[in-house]
Amino acid sequence: MQEIKNYTINFGPQHPAAHGVLRLVLELDGEVIQRADPHVGLLHRGTEKLAESKPFNQSIGYMDRLDYVSMMCNEHAYVRAIETLLGIDAPVRAQYIRTMFDEITRILNHLMWIGSNALDLGAMAVFLYAFREREELMDCYEAVSGARMHATYYRPGGVYRDLPDRMPKYKESRWHKGRDLAQRNEWREGSMLDYLDAFTRDFPGKVDEYETLLTDNRIWKQRTVGIGVVPPEQALAWGMTGPMLRGSGIEWDLRKKQPYAMYHKMDFDIPVGVQGDCYDRYLVRVEEMRQSNRIIAQCVEWLKKNPGEVIARNFKVAPPKREEMKDDMEALIHHFKLFSEGYSVPAGETYAAVEAPKGEFGCYLISDGANKPFRCKLRAPGFAHLSSMDAIVRGHMLPDVVAMIGTYDVVFGEIDR
Amino acid sequence: MLSHFFHSWIHDPLVSMFGVGGLVVWLVLCILAIAVPVILSVALYVWWERKVLGWMHVRMGPNSVGPAGLAQTFADVFKLLLKEYFMPQSASKFLFVVAPLIALVPAFAAWAVVPFDDKVVLADVNAGLLYLLAMTSLGVYGIILAGWSSNSKYAMLGAMRSAAQVVSYEIAMGMALVGVLICAGSLNLSDIVRAQGGHYGLFSWFWLPLLPLFVIYFISGVAETNRAPFDVAEGESEIVAGFHVEYSGAPFAVFFLTEYANMILISFLASVLFLGGWLSPFHGAGWGFLSADGWWWLFAKAFGFAFFYLWFRAAFPRYRYDQIMRLGWKVFVPITIVWVLVAGCLVYFNIVGPGKV
Repeated sequence: MQEIKNYTINFGPQHPAAHGVLRLVLELDGEVIQRADPHVGLLHRGTEKLAESKPFNQSIGYMDRLDYVSMMCNEHAYVRAIETLLGIDAPVRAQYIRTMFDEITRILNHLMWIGSNALDLGAMAVFLYAFREREELMDCYEAVSGARMHATYYRPGGVYRDLPDRMPKYKESRWHKGRDLAQRNEWREGSMLDYLDAFTRDFPGKVDEYETLLTDNRIWKQRTVGIGVVPPEQALAWGMTGPMLRGSGIEWDLRKKQPYAMYHKMDFDIPVGVQGDCYDRYLVRVEEMRQSNRIIAQCVEWLKKNPGEVIARNFKVAPPKREEMKDDMEALIHHFKLFSEGYSVPAGETYAAVEAPKGEFGCYLISDGANKPFRCKLRAPGFAHLSSMDAIVRGHMLPDVVAMIGTYDVVFGEIDR
Repeated sequence: MLSHFFHSWIHDPLVSMFGVGGLVVWLVLCILAIAVPVILSVALYVWWERKVLGWMHVRMGPNSVGPAGLAQTFADVFKLLLKEYFMPQSASKFLFVVAPLIALVPAFAAWAVVPFDDKVVLADVNAGLLYLLAMTSLGVYGIILAGWSSNSKYAMLGAMRSAAQVVSYEIAMGMALVGVLICAGSLNLSDIVRAQGGHYGLFSWFWLPLLPLFVIYFISGVAETNRAPFDVAEGESEIVAGFHVEYSGAPFAVFFLTEYANMILISFLASVLFLGGWLSPFHGAGWGFLSADGWWWLFAKAFGFAFFYLWFRAAFPRYRYDQIMRLGWKVFVPITIVWVLVAGCLVYFNIVGPGKV
């Protein structure tokens, strides 16, 4: 008798649907998955260890590079942990700016997710539509920090600088000139808040556009309904958070349950799923985009009316303004101390978490009283999610693995850290 | 008219001067007269696809090489031809080389029976439809052999999917064609077109009595050519590139050419079988040149179908492989069987048939 063996294939790390460097060893019976073995660590950069050898502020930039599609949310968790240990608070305007940029980041992340998930399932157009809007929000990142992705904008005690009062404009090119160019620059005539105001008015229509292509599409439904079902109790047991948990019907959102920044003043809803399948998680994320848009609009409205400080005037932690430094000896000393030695944080330990787009992103920080962390443990939502891969996809077919990877919204920067 | 001209000025002198040798030269000329335009139209079609996809995706598509990017395809072809031809060490060498050719030859051979205009056809054979079915089925061997001989797991999966898919959709497609031949009473493609030349213009064509078959034929055609949303055989995000994952350079270009030649072929066939081929949609209305029949009508119809291919690709997600099977076997095959019976009744009661409409 001939022996029948399962077919083992290496799915990734060089695979168009591996979302970076996921290596998945799949055992197939025909096309049915018998075992899925995710291998992680190909993008390990030792962020946690690196943070131990640097003054606190110098690690903020590393946080951007963890989940590199939801940059500022990572910063937020880290900065909040330091603030708790220092016992300082950011000014209200800074809190509003953080709330606004957390939501901008959520939209950025969900746009990336909807695009790549649709692309994984073969719908090409959504990807490019999503990137069109992503570009607009990237411009906000750039306008506020000078970097399109790795902003390093949040600081313990506030944010690095106030919102700019004008947006950069497109220049004339061979392809865009005349009325076309004027249309592209239409939102950019005023300040960044005006620009965001225009964006929040426009964005719900764009979400409708994605939904037209996907939500009622028969093929899309066939590919996602009933695929990768996560029962609520299992979701809790696996330590899932964010849309993965809410897709299974559990209403858990740190923005409501443990409000931070200015979320307690915001009016928004938490969408939850019913079945816990890929389609429900899709609907949850799409609705989250709409809710984030609402929050941004509320922040923009408040920020327009209330100018003020954006960083605490506590010169032991946050540097004084550069102009003050020019003719004030004490400011110069503060500057020198902060940018060389940094600040020392009182001994203690804390855990600060934010509702990042992918789930709960937490930072467990231990300080021994020195100017760098003794230990910095980062809780990445994707890592907990990925551990459920084998149990969920077993018995599904190969294309469903792709759908599942898409719905996990994996980004290897945070999983491998 | 055109064929008469060529016959009297090229065919007759060649045969009278060189006998059998002249006949061979004449045939080669005829084949080239079809193959070269097909290759050129593939190049233009690829450009058009990238342009259309670009517009549908709010981007521009190729726009740098040549006017409006027209030379982009040719640049790509030359790049592919000049690239290193790479063969996996453990591949089955002979089959690996032969597979692209096995895919290519039927894709071009099928064109022999396509009538471009009244009497403008390379081989006006009476078993044209059978020949077409035979040729389009042969293409799958190239895909299976390519997938198997590469000795790669992804290619193997692609080949298996493709084999199952093409074979299943062949049945739905064949049944759709049975409906056509019942109504036309002939297997000859030119006769099928002539059978649609009634007095009511486009309402005399077979798409109206055979509407379900028409829709199924075109969808099966999309599945048969492994195009989105049925492109599981080369599903980018699942099995990377499927059966041709190990191919590079010129053999890859051959697979590419085959796929697009097949798409254009299906577009032409759908026009010939269901939309009256070279007949004008206003045939018999007496509206001057609008009612005049001619090859331009056929080309316009085929262009429409070719555009639908691109539209599908831009708009739809990809089916899962077992869902494609379900659609083929549980939906298309039963509908075609029922409608073949309906077509039989239509002909039996003289509602539709050769010269009836």
